[in-house]
Parts: sequence; structure tokens; C-alpha cells
Amino acid sequence: MTDSDPLIEFRDVYKAYIDDIKVLKDINLEIGVGEFVSVAGASGAGKTTLMKLILVEIAPTKGDVLYDKTRIHSLSRDEITEHRRRIGMVFQDFRLLPHKTAYENIAFAMEAAGRSDEDIESDVPYALELVNLSDKMWSFPQELSGGQKQRLAIARAIVNNPDVVIADEPTGNLDPNNANEVIEILKKINDLGTTVLLTTHNKDVVDALENRVITMEGGEIIRDAKTGKYIL
Amino acid sequence: MFLTKLKRILRSGFVNFWRNGFVTVAAILVMTVTLFVMGSLIFVDAMLDSSLAQIEEKVDVNVYFTLDASEEEIQSVKAKVEGIPEVAFVEYISQEQALENFKELRLAEGDETSLQALEELEDNPLPARLNVRAAETDQYETIATFVESDRALPGSGRDVIDKVNFFQNEEAINTLSSIINSIDRLSLVTIIIFVIISILIVFNTIRLAIYTAREEIEVMQLVGASRRYIRGPFIVEGVMYGVVSALIALVLFYPVTLSIGPFTELFFGSTNAFDYYVDNFAQMFLILMFVGAALGAVSSWLATKKYLRL
Repeated sequence: MTDSDPLIEFRDVYKAYIDDIKVLKDINLEIGVGEFVSVAGASGAGKTTLMKLILVEIAPTKGDVLYDKTRIHSLSRDEITEHRRRIGMVFQDFRLLPHKTAYENIAFAMEAAGRSDEDIESDVPYALELVNLSDKMWSFPQELSGGQKQRLAIARAIVNNPDVVIADEPTGNLDPNNANEVIEILKKINDLGTTVLLTTHNKDVVDALENRVITMEGGEIIRDAKTGKYIL
Repeated sequence: MFLTKLKRILRSGFVNFWRNGFVTVAAILVMTVTLFVMGSLIFVDAMLDSSLAQIEEKVDVNVYFTLDASEEEIQSVKAKVEGIPEVAFVEYISQEQALENFKELRLAEGDETSLQALEELEDNPLPARLNVRAAETDQYETIATFVESDRALPGSGRDVIDKVNFFQNEEAINTLSSIINSIDRLSLVTIIIFVIISILIVFNTIRLAIYTAREEIEVMQLVGASRRYIRGPFIVEGVMYGVVSALIALVLFYPVTLSIGPFTELFFGSTNAFDYYVDNFAQMFLILMFVGAALGAVSSWLATKKYLRL
């Protein structure tokens, strides 16, 4: 993979859950290595469906989704697991493992990727330090605030050095201060070379980023601007 | 790498077991009751078997010889009877032994008249006999029919068999045989029904425990954990539910069998539940541990399967 090749590519993608009700229509899209892309749109615009297709949680009804030139919807079960290890995922509702400490939540992602104990012992504290959670290493998720939970989720997402971090409405459950902090961390991750794909319906976040903005409405891309603003 | 993964799966299973608090306690309680019921069925079955065996031991067929039958002819018939596959045991009571037994019995009963009458006789009036015991009570008719047939004649070809008492007791023996078979079948059906109910209860309890973790399983899949790596700790946890429950059930059997021991001895003949527990502890331990661990593992495997579809 070179920097000029697209990391993620959607070719004529349609997605319908029930026969004629299409949640994605004719999506054609390329996301390059190292880009920071915001996918903006109201609820039901199809943003999350787009993310689910990249994670192979669902399959397209028509068309192809390519990741690093590979058609990901024809991958075997084991290959899908390998594919997901190349992606760091951040969710609006954090989706942390409630019975594991902050350290164990991050370590789990590394263990799942087959990383060694030595790597885990050195990288987990480093990841926690990056998101300013070193003092919460042995806390359980229920002992953390919303902002701290989201930072922990980001630490888990980046610890395996993924190609791309996909953040699906990461600021949706946060107050403005925590939301800014999360966006700053995502920018920092992008500055270090990792592609970031952010879905949001937060106008302030999109406008402040001044990066590429893909605007979706009714399952279609209505605008793709290099340095866009929130237009809805 | 395999050992590292195994170590991580085991550690994760143990940690989840301790941290899942209420779910763990609930699962252990249900499994303990289930294993206790299964253990009790083992006790009841063993004591029922023992009682039926005792009753069966009291049933036999007596083959009486004519008074002029020679020792050689009797031994020839005995060998042929022993050759019948359904025969479990043959006891030979000679004329002398029969007389001795008769005297001892009358003496014990204080029946002086019979003893004096016996003294008056010059010859021993009691015939030699074979006490024949079958492997199963419903096989006596086959044995009796064989003994009555020409095939049982001794080498001399002379009919030395006076009578076979099966035909006098046929109705009683057949009734007893039918009761024993019915009890055997009933206890087997009862055990199967209880085992199926127990398995369903345990499966549903563990399924409920894993249902609470369905979102965790989804997240684990999305961060790239393999199915084996996700499922492993749940199976370890299920095995631990089973092992701990089996231990609790085994401990509970001590006071329970101790208190009902005298009652079972009275009800089932000579079988005391506590003695059975002590004598067969190792066997019970292995059965309950295996059943508990297997139930836990299989239930966890099936329950996680439902949520590993992403």
C-alpha cells in the first residue's frame, strides 16, 4: 500500500435491510492513507451503515467495499477477524468491557491481536498515558466519567497501531469540553499518520476540524468537500 | 503462542468467574441443585438395585432327585444344568446334607415329634436336590423346561429327576419377575426424565449468564478477537460453575445421607445411604465432577454460539 492508493474504497454500493428500503444508495467513495475524514449527516443518513460495512458487520446489497484493494465482503471468517485488527473502533456508547479494568480493556485488544506479554506490559501504560488516563489504570469503566471512558476507548482503538481509526459519533454522549478533548486526541492520532474516519452530526466539531467533509442525506452522499463545513 | 493463548483464556475465565458476582452465585446455586438431584438419583438407583438383588437372591428353582439316583447321575445332571447360559449358580444338597439341614431346622423350632419320627425310619427319606439360581428372574421358566426335558437326562439315560418346584411356584415367580422388570424400567425412565430436565435447567441458567455478556461478545468481535479466544473464557467459567457446584453437592451429601441412612436401611433392606456414600465416594466424586464440568462446558459453548455471529 502506497500513500497514493486509497485505503478504503466504496464502488457503487447499495444497502437495503428490507427489500425496497435502501439505507445507502450508489455510494462511491475513496479514503486515502493518512486522511482525516468527517462523515456528517442527520440521524438515519446512513453514516453508521457506512462504518458497519467497513467493519464487515454487514454486507452490501450491491457493489463492492475494498480495504487496501481487497474486497472485504468475500473474506473468510478468520480473514474478517484479521481485517478488524487493522481498524481501531470508537463508539458513541464507548462499548468497554465492564468487568475488565482500564488496563485489561486495552490489554484485551492486544491479546486478541496475538501480541506478546512484553508488548502488552510496555504498550498499555503508554496508550493510557497518551489519553491522560495513567492514574485510572486499575479503574473499572463504571468508575470513569463519560469523557474518561471515551478516552479509554480511543486508547484501546490505537494500541495495535491500526491503519485507520473509525470513530462513530464519539462525542455524542459528551459535554463540549470532553468532546473537544476527544477530537484533539483524534487529531493527534491523525498527525502521527493514522487515517481517521469520524462520523458526527455535531456542526461545531465538523467546522472546527477544517478537514475533508462527506455530507450524507437519505443514504446518499450529497457533498464531498476537501475542507468542508457542516452544511445541513 | 498456543500456551500463551491457553494461559490467557484460563486466566480470563477465572477472573470472570470471580468478578461476575451475582451471576456466578446464581449459576452455582442452580447447578448445585441439579447435581444434587442427579447424585440422589444415583443413590436411589443403587439402593433400588440392591433391594431387587436381595429379593432375586431369595428366588431359586429346586430340582429334586429320586431316592435311588446315584451320585454319578446327580453330578451328570448338575454339570448339564451348569451348562445352561441362563444359570448363574447351582448348589448341590446331598441326601445327607438335606437330612442334616432338616434336623437343625426342627431342633431350632423345638419340633421333637418330627425328630423322633425321623429316628424311627431306617432309610433317609429326604431326596438330594439342586438349588438353581438364574441370572435374571424371568429366566427360571427356561431353566425349568430344560431340566424337565430329555436333554437333562444323566449319562445312564435313566430319568432320575423326581420333580422341579418351579411349576408349583410359577405364578409367584412370574409376578415377582414382572414387578422387578417394571421397577427397573420405571427407575430408568425417571432417571432419564430428571437428567433431561436438569440439563435444560443448567443450559438455560448458563445461557442467561452469557446473555448478560452478549454486548461484550459483540465488542470483542469488533476489536478483532477470534471466536475461539472469545468463547474460551466462557467455557472455562462454565467448567468452574460445574466443578464448584459438584464439590458443594458432594459436601451436602454427607449430612443428608448420614441423617437418612437408618431410614434407607429400613426401607431398602440392608442398604444404608451413608455407607453407600462413603464406600462409593470416589466414584460419586468423579461422576459429579465430570457431569458438572461437561454440562458447564457444553452449555457455555452452545450459549456463546448464538452471540458469535458477527
